Amino acid sequence: AVVSTQSTGHNMMKSHCKGVTNGFPLKLSSTKVDVKEVEFNADFITRMLDRLEWGALVEAARQLGVGDSLPEMAPEEGGDEELLRSVHHVLLEVEVTEGELECPETGRRFPIRNGIPDMRLNEEE
Amino acid sequence: KQWYQRRVRVLSIGCAMLGAGHVTALEVDPDAIEDLAGNLEEYEMDNVDVVQCDVTAPSSFKEGVFDTAIMNPPFGTKNNEGIDMVFLDRALELCRGSVYSFHKSSTREFITRRMESRGYHVTVLAEMKFSIPQMYKMHRKKEVLVDVDFIRVARER
Repeated sequence: AVVSTQSTGHNMMKSHCKGVTNGFPLKLSSTKVDVKEVEFNADFITRMLDRLEWGALVEAARQLGVGDSLPEMAPEEGGDEELLRSVHHVLLEVEVTEGELECPETGRRFPIRNGIPDMRLNEEE
Repeated sequence: KQWYQRRVRVLSIGCAMLGAGHVTALEVDPDAIEDLAGNLEEYEMDNVDVVQCDVTAPSSFKEGVFDTAIMNPPFGTKNNEGIDMVFLDRALELCRGSVYSFHKSSTREFITRRMESRGYHVTVLAEMKFSIPQMYKMHRKKEVLVDVDFIRVARER
């Protein structure tokens, strides 16, 4: 699928269910994962490193079956090219086509279909 | 599909083509998402994510995760007044930088006052006319031309 949920999205998103105190990160589960080639942009990945929640990224990577490619702890300064390429791969090349995002507090599940998560809630939620 | 519909759902593609590192498109309407997905496939865009969400509801995104927002919000109707401001507020919440948006020129002063009172700086980058086709029975003309501002809302630094 061309449209897809990548780990970038997962890193930026949180649950907005009523009454939730900390809705980040959402739990990611996948039934269909695609891998595609995306042009590597070292500058972009370096800038992204600053704002990434490393723990959530590693967790998403594990869910996607590529958890081994990233170190457990966030890199202290920038990162060498190998690390940047690993981050690039997880962030932009491995995609969830079918799966779910789950609120860590309420368990409410948001479906991912054709790579697009549906975050809509009902009035009461 | 009517001719004007083929031109829509290309904002995110424009951003990607002009060099954005990554684009996230937020859209609530399933038909619009279908159009967008079709366009993304046609243009072979591989760095655009789509998230189906209602930006007028509590946010699915953390604050300040985006560098910039570019949007064409609904202008608001009799029953939906103020929705353009809701979009603007949400965009400012999610972005750490400037927000670019389209608003009716008739709301220019209101928006400027409101944004400046919160410490933002508003610039009208362009004035244009949007052609709004007849959508409801109550519209007497086949289409109306509306004066529209393309604005930038920037944070004072």
